[in-house]
Amino acid sequence: MAPTMTPPSVADPVSLMPKKGARARPLFDPPIVKRALKDSFVKLNPRAMMKNPVMFVVEVGAAMTTVLAARDIATGAALAGFSFQIALWLWFTVLFANFAEAMAEGRGKAQADTLRKTKTETSARRFVNGSGKTETVAATQLRSGNVVLVEAGETIPGDGDVIEGIASVDESAITGESAPVIRESGGDRSAVTGGTRVLSDWIKVKITSNPGETFLDRMIALVEGAARQKTPNEIALNIVIAGLTLVFLMAVVSLQPFAIYSVAASGSGTPPTVTVLVSLLVCLIPTTIGGLLSAIGIAGMDRVMQHNVLAMSGKAVEAAGDVNTLLLDKTGTITLGNRQAVEFIPVGNTGESELADAAQLSSLADETPEGRSIVVLAKQKYNIRGREVAEHEAHFIPFTAQTRMSGVDIDGRRVRKGATEQVMEFVHEHGGKVPAELTDITERISRSGGTPLVVADRDRALGVIHLKDVVKGGMRERFQQLRAMGIRTIMITGDNPLTAAAIAAEAGTDDFLAQATPKDKMDLIKKEQAGGRLVAMTGDGTNDAPALAQADVGLAMNTGTMAAKEAGNMVDLDSNPTKLIEVVAIGKQLLMTRGALTTFSIANDVAKYFAILPAMFMATYPAMGKLNIMGLHNAHSAVLAAVIFNALIIIVLIPLALRGVKYRAMSAAALLRRNLLFYGVGGVIAPFPGIWLIDRLLVLLHLA
Amino acid sequence: MTANGILQIALYFLVLLALTRPMGAFMARVFAGERTFLHPVFRPLELGLYKLCGIEEADEQHWTRYAGSMLAFSLVGILFSYGLLRLQQWFPLNPQGLANLGPDLSFNTAASFGSNTNWQSYTPETTMSYFSQMVALATHNFWSAAAGICVAIAFARGFARHSARTLGSFWVDFTRCTVYILLPLSVVGALLLVSQGAIQNFRPYEKFATVEGAVQTVPQGPLASQESIKMIGTNGGGYTNANSAHPFENPTPFANFLQMIFIFLIPAGLTYTFGRMVKDTRQGWALFAAMSILFFAGVAVTYSAEAAGNPNIAKLGIQSAATATQPGGNMEGKEVRFGIVNSALFTAITTDASCGAVNNVHDSLTPLGGLVPLVNIELGEVIFGGVGSGLYGMLLFAILAVFIAGLMVGRTPEYLGKKIEQKEVKMVMLAALVLAFTILAFAAVGVVAHFPKSGYWNPPGPATANLANNGPHGLTEILYAYASAVGNNGSAFAGFNANTPYFNTTMGIAMLCGRFLMMIPLLAAAGSLAQKKLVPVSTGTFPTHGPLFVGLLVAVVVVVGALTFFPALSLGPVVEHFFMNAGRLWS
Repeated sequence: MAPTMTPPSVADPVSLMPKKGARARPLFDPPIVKRALKDSFVKLNPRAMMKNPVMFVVEVGAAMTTVLAARDIATGAALAGFSFQIALWLWFTVLFANFAEAMAEGRGKAQADTLRKTKTETSARRFVNGSGKTETVAATQLRSGNVVLVEAGETIPGDGDVIEGIASVDESAITGESAPVIRESGGDRSAVTGGTRVLSDWIKVKITSNPGETFLDRMIALVEGAARQKTPNEIALNIVIAGLTLVFLMAVVSLQPFAIYSVAASGSGTPPTVTVLVSLLVCLIPTTIGGLLSAIGIAGMDRVMQHNVLAMSGKAVEAAGDVNTLLLDKTGTITLGNRQAVEFIPVGNTGESELADAAQLSSLADETPEGRSIVVLAKQKYNIRGREVAEHEAHFIPFTAQTRMSGVDIDGRRVRKGATEQVMEFVHEHGGKVPAELTDITERISRSGGTPLVVADRDRALGVIHLKDVVKGGMRERFQQLRAMGIRTIMITGDNPLTAAAIAAEAGTDDFLAQATPKDKMDLIKKEQAGGRLVAMTGDGTNDAPALAQADVGLAMNTGTMAAKEAGNMVDLDSNPTKLIEVVAIGKQLLMTRGALTTFSIANDVAKYFAILPAMFMATYPAMGKLNIMGLHNAHSAVLAAVIFNALIIIVLIPLALRGVKYRAMSAAALLRRNLLFYGVGGVIAPFPGIWLIDRLLVLLHLA
Repeated sequence: MTANGILQIALYFLVLLALTRPMGAFMARVFAGERTFLHPVFRPLELGLYKLCGIEEADEQHWTRYAGSMLAFSLVGILFSYGLLRLQQWFPLNPQGLANLGPDLSFNTAASFGSNTNWQSYTPETTMSYFSQMVALATHNFWSAAAGICVAIAFARGFARHSARTLGSFWVDFTRCTVYILLPLSVVGALLLVSQGAIQNFRPYEKFATVEGAVQTVPQGPLASQESIKMIGTNGGGYTNANSAHPFENPTPFANFLQMIFIFLIPAGLTYTFGRMVKDTRQGWALFAAMSILFFAGVAVTYSAEAAGNPNIAKLGIQSAATATQPGGNMEGKEVRFGIVNSALFTAITTDASCGAVNNVHDSLTPLGGLVPLVNIELGEVIFGGVGSGLYGMLLFAILAVFIAGLMVGRTPEYLGKKIEQKEVKMVMLAALVLAFTILAFAAVGVVAHFPKSGYWNPPGPATANLANNGPHGLTEILYAYASAVGNNGSAFAGFNANTPYFNTTMGIAMLCGRFLMMIPLLAAAGSLAQKKLVPVSTGTFPTHGPLFVGLLVAVVVVVGALTFFPALSLGPVVEHFFMNAGRLWS
C-alpha cells in the first residue's frame, strides 16, 4: 500500500481532555459498585480511619451520637427520633466517604484481577550454567541473571532482555494491544516482559528481575493501589484540612461555655445538647474534601492507567501537572518519524520527469521509508510506474555511512542519489560539471528544514529530491494550548540547527535542541531545573536512561529497553510519545479537582452556620431568629437538614471526584477566575436552597 | 453619616496613600543597607552601636538563629521591665512616691509591652512613676516595634531570596530599624504633638480647685515623647488611663489626625517595602489593596452604626440625626472635639493595626460599632496591622489563599515564585491555630470560671462578676479582652476588671502566645522559602497582583475569621444588635 502524502491526523487534536483508552470502564460499573458497597463498611475500622483525620472525627462523632441516641430511645426521651436520625446520617457521612474511596480503588482492583489472571504458573527452560542444555524449572525459581529459552507458543517466564534470536511477541496481557510486536537482541527493542507470549520463532532471554519484583507484579501493585503513597500536595492539603478541623473543633468546644453563659444571662433555654454540637462540628469541618481526597488521588492514577500509561507513583502524576518544560523528541513525536520526498527539482537542461525517472530508478531497491517515498512521489506526480528490473542487468549500490549515497548501475547508466557533497564529487570524478544553481537549491532546502538528495547520472547532475520531515497534524494547536498553560516545548533532534529551526518553526515549538547528544539532553534538563523549572521528557533507548532519571517526569516507552523503563517514572504501554501531553493534562486535572473541592467545602460552611446557630440559640435568645434567613421550620429540622446536606453532597460529588473537574487549556488567571466563580461563589450559594429543600422534605415526611 | 464625615475619611486615606510609597521605599533602602538621606547623621551612631555590641554587620543568620536572637532579646527586655516595675519605688523620677507593682501586674505589664500589645490592667497616673513610664515601658515601644518589623523583613526575605540559607541578621536589622526609622520619626512626631499642646515635663502632679470648689489632681509628665512612638510603633499603651481621649495626649483634631496617620504609616509603607524587596511593587500594592478594602468595610460599618445611634433613644423623642449644630448618633463615650466620624475612624484604625490606643470608649459603641473592632482584631490584625506583624500576618493569609485556591489552576501553588509545600503549609496552619485556640480557649474558660472563697487568684464567685455588663454585652467584653491580648492589640473594650492575679496572668500568657507562637512558625516558613529555587513566571502561574487575587485574599481573611469566630460573635454583638432593634435592653 502506498503511503499517503497527507499525514494521518492525530485524533481529536483540539481537545487536551484525556481520551478514554482501551481500559476505560463506565463510571458506575455494577460489579465495582457491589464490591465498593461492601468495602465501605470494612473501611469503618477505626484503625484505618485514623489515617484520614477529618473522617475519623466524623466517625467518633457518629459513635458518640449513637450512644446518646440509644440512651434517648431507652429512656423514651422526646427527642429520641431526632438523635437517632442524626446518628444515622453521621454514619452515612462516613460510609459515603468510604464508598467514594472504595469506588476509586475498585476500578484499580478490577484491573489488577485481570492482570493476575495472566500471571498463571509458568515453567521455564533454563540454561544450565556453561552448557547448551536446558532444564525445566518453575518460573518462580528464576533469578536475575538466569538465561532461558522461549519458543513459539510459550509464555515468557520473567522480565528480561533478548540476548539472541528474534520473535514476534503478543504483549496484549500488558498493553491491551492485540497486534504482536517484534522483539530482537541488541538495540532498543530487546526488552521482554514476563507474562507475554512468543507467537513465532524463538528467543534467548536473560532474566533481569527476581520473582515478586517483575514488571507485572509492580503493575498489579500499582493499579491495585497497594503501593499508593500520599503525594506531596496531598499531604500539604491534608495538613490544611486537619488544621481547619482543629480550628472548628475549638470553635465548637468553646461555644458550649459561651452558651452556658448566655443561658444563665437570659434565664431561658438550655445549652445545646452534645448531639447538636457534634452535628455542628461535622457540618463545619471540611468533610467534603476530607471524604473525597483519597478518591481523587486514586482516580487520578486510574485515569492515567486508562490511557495505558503506568505511573510508578502518584508523585509523578502530580509532578506532571507542575511541568514547565516539555522535551519532545522530534522523530515520532512531532514528526511522523520518516522524511518523505515532496518535490523533484531538476537542474540544467534536465526535465522534471527525467529527474523523477532517475530518482525512482535509484530508489527501487531502497527499502528505507525515504526511498519508498521517492517511488511513491514519482508514481503519484509523474505517473512513473514501478518496473521490473530483473530483465535488465542491474547492480544496486546500497547506502553506507562512508559513501553516503546509493544507486543503481543499469544498462550502462550509473545513477546515484545522496548527500550533496558526495554526489558532486561523483560527478566530478566522471569529468562532469555541476551547475551553480544546484548548491543554491540544496541550501534553500536545508534552510527550510528539508533534506536535499542530489541525483546524478555519471557526469550529469540531474537535480535534487526534496525530502521533508512531515509534522503530525494538530501538533501546532497542541503546542499553542501548552503555551497557554504556561508550558514551554523544546524539540530535541539530531538534525543540524538549520533543519531543526525550520521544523521547530513549522511545528510551533518554543525552542529546539539541534544535533543533540545524550549529554546535551542531560545538560539541557539540568539547566532547566537549575532555573526552577520542572522538566518532562520521553525516551526509549538505553542512552536515554540517565536523562529519564534526571527529568522530573520521565515517560519511557514500553517498546524501549529495560534500562529506560527502570529510569523513567512512567511507562507508556502504547509507546506513543505524544501521550506526555495527556499525562500533563491529567496531572493538572488532579490538582484542580482537589483545589475545587477544598474551596467548595469551605465555602459551604457559611450556609450551615445560618442553619444551625439560630436553631441552637433561639430558645435562649429569641432575637437569634433573625439569623434564620432560610426560614427553616424548627430547630430539629434545621440541624438535620444541614447534616443531611453535608452527607449527600459527598455522594453528589463522587462522579466529579472520580472524573476530575473539567479541564480546559487556558491561562492560570482565566482558569482561576472560572473555578473561583464556580466552586467558590457557587459553594457559598448552593447549600442555601439545598438545606431549605431538605428541611421542607423532612417536615413533609414528618421526620422533624 | 454626613458628607463632611465621608470627606474626612477620604482625606485620611489619600494622605496615607501618598505617604505609603516614600515611606516604603525609604524602609526598603534602610533594610537593604543602602544609603539614605539620614546616613550622614545616623551612620556613625549605627556603626558605634555595632562596635559597642560586637555586632558584625556582614554577619547573616539562619532562621533558627534569627528567631533565637529575637526571642532572647525580647525575653531579656521583658525580664528587665518586670524587675524595674517590681522595684519602682527605689528608682528616681517618682515625685508621687508610687509603690512597687505586684508580681502578677508586673508580669502582665512586662509581657504586654514586650509583645507590642500594651494592654494596661492598671491606671497609669496612679501606678507608674515617670521613670517606669520612660525606662520600663517606652523602651519597649521602640524594641517591640523594631522586633516586629525585623520579623516582617526576614519573612519578606524568605520570598525575595532564593537558594539561600540565611534571612539576614536580627541585630543589624534591629539597629537599622531603630536608628533610621523609629527614632527620627518619633522625634518629629513628638515635636508635632507638642506644637498641638501635648505636655512634656517632669513636674509633680498639679492640684487645682474646680469651680465647684473640689480639689482636682492633674497628672503631669513626659507625655509627648511617649505619645508619638506609641502611635508610630502601633503600641498603644497610653500615658494616661484615658489614652488618646486625654487632652494632654491628643489635644486637637489635627493631633488626632496625625495620630491616625502615625498608626498606619509604617504598616502601610511595609507593603511597598515588601513589593520592592520581591522586585515587583504590584505585589505590595495588591496587599495594600486587600488591606484597604477590609479597612473601608470596617470604617463604613462603625461609622454608619455610630451615626445612626441607638433607635431606642430616638424613640424617646430625642433628636439623634445629625444637624448643623449637633452630631447626632451615639455620642456616649466620645470626645466632643473628635465627634462621631473621627471616633469611628480612630476605632477602626487602632484595631486594624494592633495599636490599641483609643480616643473613645469602645464599650459604649453600638453593638455593630463594637463588633467591628472585635472582628478587626480577630481577623488576626492584618488590616495594615501592627508594625511588621500586619505584613507577616497578611502574608500568612496570602499563603493560605494561594494554597487553597491556587490548586485550582492545576499546579502546585506558588506565591512570588516560591512553591508552597508541606513545610510552609504546616507552619502557616500552626500560626493560624494559635490565634484561634488562645482567644477561644481563654475566653471560654473566663466566662464559666468560678473562684473559691479567700483564693489568691480572683475575688470569690464567678469570673463574670468582673464584668460590668450582663447578657451579650458582657460576653463581648471578655471576648474582646482575650482577642485584644492574643492579637497584641491592647485596646480595652472596658467594662471588665482584668487587674486580678488570674486575669493578669492568663492575659499575659495570651499576649506572649499571640506574639511569639505566631512569629516562630512564620520565621520557620521564611527559612524554608528562602532555600527554595525561584519558579519562573509564565502564563501558567497564578497571578497574585490583580483584582482577582485581592478579592480572593479578602475573601479568605473574612471567611477564615468568620468561620472561626462567628458562633461566639453571634452570641455577643450580633444578637445584641438584634435585641437593640427589638427594643430589648440588658442591664
